[in-house]
Amino acid sequence: MNHQTAFSDPIIERKLFIQRMTFAGLCVVVLMLILIARYANLQINQHKDFVTYSEKNRVHVRSNPPSRGVIYDRHGEILAENRSSSNLSIIKERTDDLDGLIGQLGKLIDLSQGDITRFYKRLKRSRPFEQTPLKFNLTEQEQAILAVNEYLLEGVKVSAQLKRYYPKQELFAHVVGYVGRINEREISKIDPIQYSGTDSIGKTGLERFYEAQLLGKVGNEHVETNARGRVMRVLERNEPESGSNLTLHLDSDLQKIAHKAFGNERGSLVAIDISTGGIMAMVSAPSYDPNKFVAGISQKNYSSLLQSPGKPMFNRSIQGQYPPASTVKPLFGLIGLERKSISKSTAIEDPGYFVMEGIERPWRDHNSKRGGHGKGVDLAKAIIESCDVFFYHMGVKLGIDAMADNSKFFGLGSPTGIDIPGEASGIMPSRDWKKRSRGASWFNGDTINMSIGQGFMLVTPLQLAVMTARLASKGRQVQPRLVKSINGIEQSPIVMPDDFLADEVNWDYIHNAMKDVVHSPKGTARSIGKRMKYLIAGKTGTAQVVSINADEDYDKSKLDKSQWDHALFIGFAPFENPKIALAIIVENGEHGSSAAAPIAKQVLDAYMSSYQVTHQEISADFRTHDSVNATQLASHAQH
Amino acid sequence: MHSTDFVRRFRSPGGDRKITRRINIDFSLLLLLLFLCAFGLLVLYSAGGQDFFYVKRQLVFMAIGITIMLVIAQFPVRFWERWAFIFYGLGLLLLLSVLLFGVGAKGAQRWLDIGFTRLQPAEFMKICVPLMISAYLGKRFSPPIPKHVFWSAVMILLPTLLIVRQPDLGTSILVFTSGFLALFLAGLRKRYLISSVFLALASMPILWLFVLREYQKQRILTLLSPEADRLGAGWNIVQSKTAIGSGGLNGKGWTEGTQSQLNFLPESHTDFIIAVLAEEFGLLGVILLCITYLLIIGRCAFISINAQTQFGRILSGSLGLTFFVYIFVNMGMVSGILPVVGAPLPIISYGGTALLTLFIGFGLLMSISSEPRQIRTQL
Repeated sequence: MNHQTAFSDPIIERKLFIQRMTFAGLCVVVLMLILIARYANLQINQHKDFVTYSEKNRVHVRSNPPSRGVIYDRHGEILAENRSSSNLSIIKERTDDLDGLIGQLGKLIDLSQGDITRFYKRLKRSRPFEQTPLKFNLTEQEQAILAVNEYLLEGVKVSAQLKRYYPKQELFAHVVGYVGRINEREISKIDPIQYSGTDSIGKTGLERFYEAQLLGKVGNEHVETNARGRVMRVLERNEPESGSNLTLHLDSDLQKIAHKAFGNERGSLVAIDISTGGIMAMVSAPSYDPNKFVAGISQKNYSSLLQSPGKPMFNRSIQGQYPPASTVKPLFGLIGLERKSISKSTAIEDPGYFVMEGIERPWRDHNSKRGGHGKGVDLAKAIIESCDVFFYHMGVKLGIDAMADNSKFFGLGSPTGIDIPGEASGIMPSRDWKKRSRGASWFNGDTINMSIGQGFMLVTPLQLAVMTARLASKGRQVQPRLVKSINGIEQSPIVMPDDFLADEVNWDYIHNAMKDVVHSPKGTARSIGKRMKYLIAGKTGTAQVVSINADEDYDKSKLDKSQWDHALFIGFAPFENPKIALAIIVENGEHGSSAAAPIAKQVLDAYMSSYQVTHQEISADFRTHDSVNATQLASHAQH
Repeated sequence: MHSTDFVRRFRSPGGDRKITRRINIDFSLLLLLLFLCAFGLLVLYSAGGQDFFYVKRQLVFMAIGITIMLVIAQFPVRFWERWAFIFYGLGLLLLLSVLLFGVGAKGAQRWLDIGFTRLQPAEFMKICVPLMISAYLGKRFSPPIPKHVFWSAVMILLPTLLIVRQPDLGTSILVFTSGFLALFLAGLRKRYLISSVFLALASMPILWLFVLREYQKQRILTLLSPEADRLGAGWNIVQSKTAIGSGGLNGKGWTEGTQSQLNFLPESHTDFIIAVLAEEFGLLGVILLCITYLLIIGRCAFISINAQTQFGRILSGSLGLTFFVYIFVNMGMVSGILPVVGAPLPIISYGGTALLTLFIGFGLLMSISSEPRQIRTQL
C-alpha cells in the first residue's frame, strides 16, 4: 500500500484498533490476575507469617526489673537499699542523627566527655531498640529541662530506675560489698532473661555471694507500641518478684565503734557470736565508700583507691594473712596438755633464750627483757606473760604433726566457709605442706618457730576469731556466718559434727590462763583489765614483720613503720559464759597489749552494755565459783 | 469545517437520545467512579489516623475534579483534537519552568508554586502526551509510517526526559507509557514494537550506569531482597507486605489495622494506601477494588471501540490502558513485585494533582463517549 497517495481506510483502521485493543485487554486481565494472585499469596498462603511479623511490630515485651533485696543489720538498720534515680538513655534506632542528638543534649544539660565515651562503649554491646544509658542520676532541674524539650529529642528517654545505695557508706564496704555495671565477662555467664532490665550485679561481698537471692525474679509487660516506640497500651503484665531481704548478724553499733577505734591505723577486727557463729562485727581498715562503684567508678577514682598506700580495697578480715604469733599459744598449750607433752605441773627455767641441740643459733624470747622469765615457768605463766621459751620446749616435744592435725579443728589452714567470696586459706604448716610448697623436709627449727605462731604459719583475722570462738565454746565447731535470716526465715547455724574433744579440766585451765592475761597483775593485757567491770579471757600477740637476730634488740627507731611488728589480740567475753569472741590485728601496731587490746575493750564494753549482761550478775557468779547458770544468763542476754 | 475532516455528521435515527447522552455524561462510568471515590475516602479516613483532615481535603479535590470532568465532557471531541498541540506545548513550557523555577523536597524539583497551591506539571503530561499523539496520528495513516513514528517518538521522549531531569522516575515512566500505548493503539507495526522492546532491554545497562541515581538503584536492589536491610531501604516494603499479608482474607476490620494505625506503614495515606486497604479489608477488599477498576477499564475499552474517530479511539483507549498501568505499578510496588517508584493508586491515594489529572482524563473519555453517532462515508 502506498501511504503517500492513498487515504487510510476507516474500516481497516477500526479493525486494526479493535485487534490492538483486544490484545491490550487480554494483557490487562492477565496482569490483573497476576496482581490478585500476588495479594492472595501474601494474604492467604503467607498470612500466618505476616500475622506474626505484625504482632512482633506491635507488641513488645518490656522487662520489669525486680527490686533488689534490702540488707539489714541484726537490729533492722539498713545497710543496702534501693533509691530511685532517673537516667537519660537513647534508643539508637529511633534517631536519625545520633551525634547531632548528643550534641543537642550537651547544650541542654551537662554531659562530660567521659559520659559520651562510656555511652559509645555501651552502645556497641546494646541490642537493637534497646535503651542505652547516657547519663545517670539526673538532677531535678535536668529532668525538667529534658521534659520541656522532649518533643525535639526523638529517641531520648528519661527513665526512673532503682539504684543501689549504701547508707552506712564506708562502714560495711568490705562485708556488704557493692553492685556495679554488668561487664562483658559477667554477661556471658548470667541468664539474659533474668537480667533483662537489670544493669548491675553484685561484685563483691554479700552482694556477690547472695546475688541469686538478692536479685529477685524479673517481671514483664506486653505493650503495644507504635512505629516510634511510644507505648499505646499495656496488654499484659507480670509483676516482678522482689529479691530476698537479708538480715545479718552484724551489729551496726559495734561495727561503728570498732571502725572508729582503728582511727588511722590499718588492720582488722572480727567479732563472732559464739553460739551461732554469726559475725557481729567485721572491720577492715581503711575502708572506702561503696556508693562510688554503683553507677560506674571513674578511672581516676579507681586508680587512686588501688594505689592508696593503705590498700582500702583489700579486705583484711578474710584476705589478709598474718603470723598469729603469741595468740596461738593457748591453743598449742591445750594441744600440749591433751597430748600429754606437758602437764599442768610442767615448769621450766627461762634464761631468755632457747638452744636446740645441734643448732648454733639460739631462739630468743621476744617478750622479756634480757634474762628471761626466770624459774618455775608453767603453762599458765607462759600464757599470761607470753613466755616463748616454754613453748619452744613444748613444741619440740609435741612435734609438728600433733600441732598441725589438731589445729585444723580450730579453723586454721583452710577457709572457714564464711558467706562472702574471696577468703584466703592461711597456712597451717605440716611436713606435707612444706614438701609440696617449698620442696624441702621439715626441720625441728621450723617446729620451734611455729610453736610461737611465727615461721610459716599464717592466719586471717577471721580464722583467728573462729579459733577464739572455738576455744571459748570448748571445741564446738560452728561455721562463721554473716546472714542471720533470709526474708525473715532464720538460717540455722552450721555446726560441724565432730567437736574437738578435750578434758574439761584442761579447757578450764586454758580459759583461766587467758582470763589472767587480762585480769592478773602480770598479764600482758593487764592495762585493759584494770577498769573493766566484767571478766574476759584474752591473749595478746606481736607478730614479727622482719626477723631480728637473737643478739640484737628490736629497735623501732631503726625500722621503717612498714616493718614494725603487727599487734594482735584475741579474746572472748563474758568469761563465765562466753557469748562473743573477737580477734584484732593492727598492722605495724607493735604490741598487742598497747595497740590491739584497747580496741577490744571498746568493742566489748559496747557489747556488754548493749546486750545488758550486767556485771553484778557476773561477779556474783564468779564469786561463788558455781558453774555458770547458762540458761539464766542467756535469758538476760536476750533483753 | 476543517479541511482535513472527511466525515459527514448525521443525527442519530429518531432523535430520541437519552438525557444522559444529551448532557454528555457517561452514567455507568460516573457511577463506578463515585463508588471508587467513596471507597477511597473510607480507606483514607483510616489511613490518615482516623482523622477528617485528609478526608476533607480529598473531598474538595474530588468535587473540583468531578466538576472539571463534567465540564470537559461538554466540549466536543473535535475541540480537544484541534487544541491538543496547545495543551501539549503548554505542558512542555510548564515542565521547563519547573526545571527553572520549581520548588521541591528531598532533592527533587517537581512543583510549581502558583500562590494558593502547588502544581505538579508532570502529572498533566500523563494526559497531554496521549492527547497529542492521538491528535497527531488520528489524522494520519494507520498503521503509522516511519516518519510519523519518528515524530511521535520525539513528542513522547521530550517530556519524558524533562521529567527524568526533575528527577521523577515514576512519573516519567508513566508519561512515556501513556504515549507509547497511544502509539501502540494507532497500529504501530510489530517490527517497531519488537525492536523497541529490544532497545529497552539494551538501554538498561546504560540506564543503570549513567541515568539512575544511587537511591533509585537502591530501590531496585531493595526489591530483589527487601529483608537484607529491614530497618533501612527495605523497611517500607517489609512493612507494607506485612500489612497486606496480615490482613488475610477478611481483613482486620476498618480502622483496626495495626500496621497502619501504629504508623509502621510509611506513606500510608498516599502511595502505600493499598496496604491499608488490604490490611483492613483483606483479600476480599482487594478483589472488590480490582473488579471496580476492571469495570472502569472495560467501560473505557467499550467507549474506545465505539468512538467515532480515530483520534477518539486512540485517546480513549490509551487513557484507559494508562489508568491500568497506574494501578499495576502501584499495587505491584506496594506488594513487592516492582521497585518502589512514586506512583499513587488512582482515585484512592490522597493527592490533588493526581485526582485532577484522572478526572480530566475521564472527562475526555466522557466527551468521546457522548460524541454523536456518525455515518462514515468515503469521500
